[in-house]
Amino acid sequence: MRLILDIALTHIAGRGRQTLVAVVGVAVGVGFSIAMAALMQGGQDDFVKQLIDIMPHVQVTDEQRGARRQPAEDVFDATAISGLRPRDDRRGIINPTAATAWLSAWVPGRFAESLRTQGVVRYQGREAGASIIGIEPETERAISPIVEDFTEGSFATLSEGGNNVVVGDRMAEKLGVGLGDTVTAVSSSGLTRNFRITGLFHTGTTARDEGEAYMLLKNAQILSERPNAINDIRIKLDDPYAATAAARRIEAELGYKAVSWQEANESIMEAFVVRNVIMYSVVAAILLVAGFGIFNIVSTITHEKARDIAIMKSLGFSRSDMQRMFVFEGVAIGAAGSVAGWLLGFALTYALASIRFELDAGGQEITQLPVAWSSMHYAIASFFALASAAVAGYLPARKAARLNPVDIIRGAT
Amino acid sequence: MTALLEARNLTRILPETVPVTLVKDVSLEINAREFVAITGPSGSGKSSLLYLLGLLDRPTSGEILVEGRDTRPMSDGELARTRLSMIGFVFQFHFLLPEFTARQNVEIPMRKMGRLSPRAMRERAEEILSALGLADHFDKRPDQLSGGQRQRVAVARALANDPPLVLADEPTGSLDSKSSEQVFEILRELVSERGKTVVAVTHDLDMAARMDRRVHLVDGMLAEAED
Repeated sequence: MRLILDIALTHIAGRGRQTLVAVVGVAVGVGFSIAMAALMQGGQDDFVKQLIDIMPHVQVTDEQRGARRQPAEDVFDATAISGLRPRDDRRGIINPTAATAWLSAWVPGRFAESLRTQGVVRYQGREAGASIIGIEPETERAISPIVEDFTEGSFATLSEGGNNVVVGDRMAEKLGVGLGDTVTAVSSSGLTRNFRITGLFHTGTTARDEGEAYMLLKNAQILSERPNAINDIRIKLDDPYAATAAARRIEAELGYKAVSWQEANESIMEAFVVRNVIMYSVVAAILLVAGFGIFNIVSTITHEKARDIAIMKSLGFSRSDMQRMFVFEGVAIGAAGSVAGWLLGFALTYALASIRFELDAGGQEITQLPVAWSSMHYAIASFFALASAAVAGYLPARKAARLNPVDIIRGAT
Repeated sequence: MTALLEARNLTRILPETVPVTLVKDVSLEINAREFVAITGPSGSGKSSLLYLLGLLDRPTSGEILVEGRDTRPMSDGELARTRLSMIGFVFQFHFLLPEFTARQNVEIPMRKMGRLSPRAMRERAEEILSALGLADHFDKRPDQLSGGQRQRVAVARALANDPPLVLADEPTGSLDSKSSEQVFEILRELVSERGKTVVAVTHDLDMAARMDRRVHLVDGMLAEAED
């Protein structure tokens, strides 16, 4: 076997420049594949991380997915009931104390209950529609990053008691209010109460900055005339990826709709799968093209070395020896290209990671490209490169091995 | 005693649009320590017969026995192994691998066989080359050698695995008369001193006359000249 490799290497070495071109072809393919994969994976990871940070991992609301089980179904073996719909009088989660006690008994993580209701915030004749969210400041702090997003005032002012409210900065702008002003909140049932603005936040999500107002849970319950009610439990798990299982268990036990962050963002997750399929198709295509270079060189060598093939056969080399030799030549070029491609890919990824740019015109968010470093990318790119090299070597090798040595010797004499 | 090589009713037809018969119904036996010439006019099928005897080509019909063993059922790999250990080829042109030195070329069949240590291979290659008068040319590549020297390296390579049979296709065909004589002497000594069997295709009738036995072919068939 060593012998076959030695002879194969002299063939490759005999075509230095062509070999170099083929190696560079593979290297560029592998390098760019790695850099592209790093960038796409980086973007995806970054996005998912933000989702996990911002969103609750599981959100339990007072909705139900399906209609309740009908008594008839318990009595009869087969029933067909049509036209059922889940109840839509939304009174909140029944018996919230029992529900939260049950959750705190087993959920590995933290949770916060709140009452979310629609209303209007008014100030001097201007008004803005708002989601009025009643929260307990202590538990909310543990599950929501909003505490960090205050531009004026602070979240902590809510725990001071009294009729305090914090709103998004865009809403404040729309109403023309500032810190310390008193606004009027109107609930959907028509009740009005006055609140003093003690904080402004900026989350970066326009819908929230424009439309959310946080107040004490107790105040929200009074405003919406639903004493002791909650209609929303948000859970942050220690392991975000346990969310699907946790959501399933909660939904089965409590009977309320529990949505994991993966379910809530299902379409985005699907888009990522499609994106990855596209990316790996492109990677495969690039390396297939690199494979043509290898095919070309091995094919040239088999023509050039036809006499050597004949002589080696006469010396006692078999057809499969010849085949192995030329496949090895292809794979050797592919392997050299892969290694060079790793270096190129590493350098490109490093360069991409060090680019900095300003995204926000206000200069607030200086950012850099999210890049993922994963040995998986290197392995996948090499796998494609070696596979295409093996095929590119195999095709001319098979043809060369089939040559009848007698024909070649006759042609030469 | 079984013959070293026995051919029975060998026929080789090239399957072209108009089939070409190269060798037709040839039967012959070649015994150990014989020095045999295959002669005949151009296109009479001399070389084709030699390639069939050397297991490089398969006959369309008929059979070839090597030391009494039928070669028909052998796979490509088995034929290759038989060539490796039993048969050495010398062609009209030297056919050395151009990237390797004289010694490396001689070592190739030994390395393929894989029975000797690298050191033993090297010693054996140098020994054979020295015996053929190439002691000063171990590390030269083929393009640094003269035609006669290359052909002697080719003979050395044919002898590398000490095969009992050496097949030569016009071994002196492209050499001047002095080199021809040298190579012929070497082949003759292989038979007389080393106990090899040599079968050589030649169109040189003087040379054929100096060999032990002549096989004459006309139009792919054995002619009367067997003596």
